[in-house]
Amino acid sequence: MANIVIDRIRKSFGAFQALKEISLTINDGEFVSLLGPSGCGKTTLLRIIAGLETSTSGDVRIGDRSIIGLAPKDRGLAMVFQNYAVFPHMTVYENVAFGLRMQKADDARVKAQVEKAAGLLHIEPYLDRYPNKLSGGQRQRVAVARALAVEPKVLLMDEPLSNLDALLRLEMRTELKTVLQSAGTTTIYVTHDQTEAMGLSDRIAVMHNGVVEQVGHPVEIYNHPATRFVGGFIGNPPMNFIKVPVSNGQVVAGAEQLAVPEDVGNEIVLGLRGEAVELAPLPQGIEMKVRVAEPMGSHLLLTGSIHDQPVRVILPASETVKSGDTIGLKLDRKRITWLSPESGKSFPAVSA
Amino acid sequence: MTQNRPWIPYLLILPSVAFLALLFVVPLVQTIWLALSDNGAPSLANAERMVTDINFTRSVRNTFLLTIVVVPVQIAIALAMGTMVAKVGRGRETILWIWTIPLGISDLAAGLVWLSILQNTGYFNSLLFSLGVIGRQASWLSYQTPVALFIAIAVAEIWRGTAIVMVIIVAGLNQVPKEFKEAAEIFGAGPWTRFWRITLPLIRPALQSALILRTVLAFEVFAVVYALGGRNFPVLVGEAYNWQNQNQNYSVAAVYAVLIMIISLAATLIYLKALKVDPERLP
Ligand SMILES: Nc1ncnc2c1ncn2[C@@H]1O[C@H](COP(=O)(O)OP(=O)(O)O)[C@@H](O)[C@H]1O
Ligand SMILES: [Mg+2]
Repeated sequence: MANIVIDRIRKSFGAFQALKEISLTINDGEFVSLLGPSGCGKTTLLRIIAGLETSTSGDVRIGDRSIIGLAPKDRGLAMVFQNYAVFPHMTVYENVAFGLRMQKADDARVKAQVEKAAGLLHIEPYLDRYPNKLSGGQRQRVAVARALAVEPKVLLMDEPLSNLDALLRLEMRTELKTVLQSAGTTTIYVTHDQTEAMGLSDRIAVMHNGVVEQVGHPVEIYNHPATRFVGGFIGNPPMNFIKVPVSNGQVVAGAEQLAVPEDVGNEIVLGLRGEAVELAPLPQGIEMKVRVAEPMGSHLLLTGSIHDQPVRVILPASETVKSGDTIGLKLDRKRITWLSPESGKSFPAVSA
Repeated sequence: MTQNRPWIPYLLILPSVAFLALLFVVPLVQTIWLALSDNGAPSLANAERMVTDINFTRSVRNTFLLTIVVVPVQIAIALAMGTMVAKVGRGRETILWIWTIPLGISDLAAGLVWLSILQNTGYFNSLLFSLGVIGRQASWLSYQTPVALFIAIAVAEIWRGTAIVMVIIVAGLNQVPKEFKEAAEIFGAGPWTRFWRITLPLIRPALQSALILRTVLAFEVFAVVYALGGRNFPVLVGEAYNWQNQNQNYSVAAVYAVLIMIISLAATLIYLKALKVDPERLP
């Protein structure tokens, strides 16, 4: 069993708190992404798990054994670095074999494991080459193969795709998912790219300023962000936040009355996904002033304002809305998230 | 633009080429001619005179011995210093600064510093005497104590010349991203394995530069030896100096100069071959 328990980890660099009491549990065989903007502490957390950095306080357990005092090599994990860290003075074969050689594996096992890992990552043709002759994508594969060759219980990856161009990134993402699913390795994957996290993960932990803001299934995080930050960070376009007046526990949206959580004041923030709307005639719909209409081919992207607050919504490509139009929108009430204007935290979903 | 006027790059490097030719190539050719001629005709008479001199074999042997002992020790110490200072966070600059002080001391001054320590009335004897190790002044730098003299010179040279090696090696170590060592650590390499299998191969270019520079300089050792041992410890440059100044024989001095140059070139060539740096295998 290789479940990972991150227990109240804190890390300070001098007076600066990079991690403020992080707790997170990752199940055996699960793929969890640490997602957040640059500088939020993802790499620091990963390095603490790997043993390359010491935590100020807190504990990390793998398979119910505390690893916090262990040397990196005794933690039973492998890592893929952001810049790959593929050894330039060794052939691809020796790179992939490195971990096994350090474990003093016999030649037959080294050969078998290297061939297996190379096969998974499609790098057999380059085994005799030196990494500098390889492209970024190929080097990235070598780094992953080196990690998988030791059959780690836990695999840590720090933005492994961020140095690749967009097309290659998409391709590698799909391949990584296939490879890791078949290997069944418990994986922690650091990224600042939300589409990457959404596509790959069983669960995502969204981090912000050294705090985990929300942990959950990608769809759950997308539809019901726990905080304003999460809603704004996930999704393209990001979630819209519209401050609306509340009267008698209800919000008026065009001809509709929307029930809000009970214990709110006279204002609430309506969190709305751009695609959770459809066109409706005024005054049934809520009024939106369209500043710019961008036909994207697959859909129509509208930028404008509702209640004088900026919003971005998405309509089917077949709709004919032009820049400068005023339109009515019917909101999909099941997909509305209500948030507190003060704390920025969301309320549990209401049924009405 | 340069396509229209292809002579511009040549024009721009002309001053430096002319400068080098005037101040380096001309004297070089003159020296070689001086060494290999006698009364205006090509001749090996000077070389013969050099080789048959009683100090020749000793000076060759001493110079090589000193180089073989001093250079590896300097590289090893510099590697140790560079690796240690890489682990230091605050105060790193200060430590480096202190370590490079010997760089700023001329070799003659360095020799005199060590002379004041090791001469009969020097600090070293005073220390040993006050500790009761010796009963009366011992001499370390005379022709009767060749081993002590050799060690004294080697120590002074190591003290004086390690800093430059360290500077080069620290620069080399700085070029190696820390992720290489971290990756090796995660995959199970201990400190020694990391050093031998990762760090050392990756600083190969710096190592090569340091070795070439230090070896060439070691073959040119003179002032420290002169200050500490005088003529008790003949070395190649010392002999060239003596032939030139004491014996007023510029031709034999020139042969020594040519010999030193050949040895240096050969050493450089050997390092370039033996420590071949393949750009393909660098970070
Ligand atoms: N060794 C360090 N010394 C001081 N500050 C650091 C150090 N490492 C990281 N930090 C700081 O900690 C914060 C989190 O860094 P990091 O974990 O690298 O963020 P991320 O990987 O999410 O981009 C950043 O503000 C960074 O400047
Ligand atoms: Mg990072």
